[in-house]
Amino acid sequence: MATSAAEADGTRERKDVRDRWLLSAPALVLIAAASVGPLLIVLLYSFLAPGNYGDVKWEFSTEAWFNVLFSRDIFDDTVSLADAHFSIFWRSIKLAAATTALCLILGFPTAYFIASRPPHNRSIWLFLITIPFWTNMLIRTFAIQEVIRSEGLANTLLIWLGIIDAPVQMMFTDFAILLGMTYVHLPLMVLPLYASIEKLDFRLVEAAYDLYATRFKVLMRVIVPLVKPGIIAGSILVFIPALSSYVIPRVLGGGRNLMIGNLIELQFGQGRNWPLGASLSVTLVFIVMIALLFYVRNAGRPGGNAHG
Amino acid sequence: MARTFSIKRQPGFATIAMICFFLLYLPIATLVVYAFNAGTSIAIWEGFSFRWFAAAWNNQQVIEASWRSLKIATSAAVIATVCATLAALATTRTAGYRGLTFKYAFINIPLLVPEIVTAVALLILFSRIKIWTGYSGLGYLILAHSAFCIPFAYLPIRARLESMDLSLERAAADLYATPVKTFRYVTLPLLWPGILAGLMLAFVISLDDVVITEFVKSGGQDTLPTYMLGQLRRIVTPEMNAISAVFLLLSLAIVTVFFFLSRNPQKENE
Repeated sequence: MATSAAEADGTRERKDVRDRWLLSAPALVLIAAASVGPLLIVLLYSFLAPGNYGDVKWEFSTEAWFNVLFSRDIFDDTVSLADAHFSIFWRSIKLAAATTALCLILGFPTAYFIASRPPHNRSIWLFLITIPFWTNMLIRTFAIQEVIRSEGLANTLLIWLGIIDAPVQMMFTDFAILLGMTYVHLPLMVLPLYASIEKLDFRLVEAAYDLYATRFKVLMRVIVPLVKPGIIAGSILVFIPALSSYVIPRVLGGGRNLMIGNLIELQFGQGRNWPLGASLSVTLVFIVMIALLFYVRNAGRPGGNAHG
Repeated sequence: MARTFSIKRQPGFATIAMICFFLLYLPIATLVVYAFNAGTSIAIWEGFSFRWFAAAWNNQQVIEASWRSLKIATSAAVIATVCATLAALATTRTAGYRGLTFKYAFINIPLLVPEIVTAVALLILFSRIKIWTGYSGLGYLILAHSAFCIPFAYLPIRARLESMDLSLERAAADLYATPVKTFRYVTLPLLWPGILAGLMLAFVISLDDVVITEFVKSGGQDTLPTYMLGQLRRIVTPEMNAISAVFLLLSLAIVTVFFFLSRNPQKENE
């Protein structure tokens, strides 16, 4: 009898697992069709030759991958490093890193401030952070554009204060992109930081004060190490979308200050080099994966001396 | 004033936080204020007027793009929420089984892949399918939006399911309710706030999308965001501010409802 009961259990379990696969099938199929599948096609395209009018020729070629890193002179076939690509990748990484740093500098005190409010007040402050987060990203970019235009609020204010005499050109610069990206991504930094700081055990902070630590030392040696998972999560959440920004550099950079996203778009538009666009896309995904791997390795365990 | 020593205080943090909140709202506020400008400039204030709201209302392209946006967002949100609800039921409240981790990872892939990459990937795929089938309707946009909305809808639904009490469903089963009846009369009503929250999150995410829509859309399929992106290249009038203001109001309404729905019922009683 015992065996048949076990058998019945096994059957029920198998049926349960089968039902669970059936239930998740629609989501998995949709994502496979419109997210994962197309990605594999991009990978395939990066190994094909470009067609004459966009699209591809169906022949194997590593030319696109070669072109990501090198450029070949059209006259004498000499090979040199693709400076344009390197400089755009490097700029994108620098801008994304600077955005992450700025968001952290502004976001950490803000998250800490919210987490140190009395519990019944916190949700209102959080709500105030969430509203911009839910607001259309394009509208927020447009709002920044209005503020920093030549005749915008920032210039008007600076002239009125007598700091400058004539409007400063802020649009179409790296500064504009940095400002726009910081503005757009700030809530993504504050929310995970808050979640982490809220769980902070303030008895540890109190103990540090009892041992005559200064406020700054408590911050750097106790609080920051304890909320490290939140800092890493927030940084990843900001860095990845900032690195792959497309709309912000297009609007605020004015087509001259490209980032990786715009470089990719260019290959599918005027460049008519789809395989190159595909290989650049794969490169971007690869960089993102490295960032994620860093996150997986470092998240989840508060680091440093505080626990030691 | 003598201040009691608070262990939570850090010098300057409150000031930075206030500056942060101020800077977050200043550009949006400026944008909304100039929507009411009587003049044609978005920089010089010439008095209060509703003329740009009227202009936007009478702009055929804006109205068409708005309808298209709403149509796509509604369809995509419903499809994504149904899929996400089923997937959440399949991946929660289990001791674990082969493939569970795979499912988690797979469902979250659209969140991890840069939008621009998904956009060009879909461009490649759909441009081929368009040639093969000759179909160039809104279906492509709805399909693309549904897929990237699934992980967003999945999050609140899964969170709700995980905090639900299994004993109620066991009780229903003990009282000879069929699985379908248990689901209909016990699980679904309890899960409903999570489903609604997921639906709204998916709706907003779809409504806000620019990049994927810009690459996937066929000619004459502008949504409101891609229409605005096109307009930003030209000389901008306060009409854009008016459109943005209305858009903002809609987002604000949705986020408010979401906020109350996703509040933890246990915490409210504290």
